[in-house]
Amino acid sequence: MKKLIVAAGCALAMMAGTLQAKEWDTIRIAFDVPYEPFEYRDEDGNLTGFEVELAEAMCDELKADCEFVIQAWDGMIPGLLARKFDAIMSSMSITEERAERVLFSEPYYNTPGGWFGREGFAVDVTDKSAMEGKTVGVQRGTTMDTYVTEELGGTVTIKRYTTADDMVLDLEGQRLDVVFVDYPVGEQTILTKEGFKEVGEPVKLGQGVGVAMRKRDQGLADMVNGALRKLKNDGTYDAIMQKYFEYDIKM
Amino acid sequence: MLETITSWLDQNEIFTTMTMLEYWQGLVNTVQLVFLSLVIGLVVAIPLAILRTNRHWWISGPVWCYTYLFRGTPLLIQLYIIYYGLAQIPGIQETFWWAIFREPFYPALLAFTLNTAAYTTEIFRGAIAATPQGEIEAAKAYGMSWFLRLRRIVLPSAARRAVQAYSNEVIFMLHASAIASVVTIVDLTGAARNIYSRFYAPFEAFIAVALIYMALTFLLVFAFRKLENHLLRHQRPAGN
Repeated sequence: MKKLIVAAGCALAMMAGTLQAKEWDTIRIAFDVPYEPFEYRDEDGNLTGFEVELAEAMCDELKADCEFVIQAWDGMIPGLLARKFDAIMSSMSITEERAERVLFSEPYYNTPGGWFGREGFAVDVTDKSAMEGKTVGVQRGTTMDTYVTEELGGTVTIKRYTTADDMVLDLEGQRLDVVFVDYPVGEQTILTKEGFKEVGEPVKLGQGVGVAMRKRDQGLADMVNGALRKLKNDGTYDAIMQKYFEYDIKM
Repeated sequence: MLETITSWLDQNEIFTTMTMLEYWQGLVNTVQLVFLSLVIGLVVAIPLAILRTNRHWWISGPVWCYTYLFRGTPLLIQLYIIYYGLAQIPGIQETFWWAIFREPFYPALLAFTLNTAAYTTEIFRGAIAATPQGEIEAAKAYGMSWFLRLRRIVLPSAARRAVQAYSNEVIFMLHASAIASVVTIVDLTGAARNIYSRFYAPFEAFIAVALIYMALTFLLVFAFRKLENHLLRHQRPAGN
């Protein structure tokens, strides 16, 4: 009897061992759609976008079978921890708070902050003395807010907004001289309107966006990091990026 | 003294000297905004309340329309319409008005004043309408003119009846002023929101600001208690 228990124990341990060294031939990756141009459905209903294509390229590289899961943003990290999927590739910025609960890959993109103003704004935003007395709009608590507060705190008047829409209204209404906002947001809400333009070079901020995985899946993280590094170096990443963006988000 | 306070504060993670200065600036902005709108609102409301009690509909009607409009819509909506709406009027940026309405303070002051004036008008209208008929008849019998009656009889007795309801309006106004932060004014709530987003510390930032609002409310309650005692001293039992 005792032998039987020992044997059963050994068998269990071996099974656990094989579970530990799991072969990642299928990886389930979660996206929150739509978040154009990173992940959305095209006219035929197929999932596409920058991150989706990057995920496909990554899976080809890993020779793994990938399954794409749609998950609303609120349930992203809980869903990952509950094993509904194995990785999140849905524009999740790397922060210390999140890194306590999930394992991040190396960053794979970072959208810059962009300077936008009305036609006719002709001040160099990097020239502190020229910016003196100007009014700058930012979204409260974003990395853009921190950047402007630190770089131009005493020089310009900073107005903080809860939503980008309110901020754009005040730029239109001439209460703001210039706004500093996440580039894709500015591109879609400001540049699509008449009479506005980009007024300075985009600035890279923050730690970027990474693939989020469970903390125990260090093996998967190593594979993902290896694949991403390869894609970034062999030109695949650049080809996908240029399909969706006119500016550099590579990291 | 100042140095010890500064060094003591800077040991704290959230409530540093810089944070305290931001709260202080917020307090100054809130008090300015609420005080000015209440004073202007009161000055506007008393004549309006007198007009509102006029028996000719073409005099009382427009005032009724105004109070109905401003009591019938949320203050937040009024603020949005005034703040963003004004900026959408074509060409306003070229007029001298823009120097005033470019800053968020004046649109907010305008919205708050119009709102509190509407409520105060109705509070005073009720108090004036409740004037005992006998008092007015007695004043007439003394040969007082309409204006003298108003000044000596109607308004003082209306003020006694209105003061409790009005003290509520003042406290509501203080708390309603928290929405000034949505149009980029750094009032108390705006300061708390900035501090919250800087330190990701919602509890500390908002509990601190709640305590400041409470302290302000206590001051108001105390001041109105004194005012009530003064106005209603004839009602106190004799020999007390």
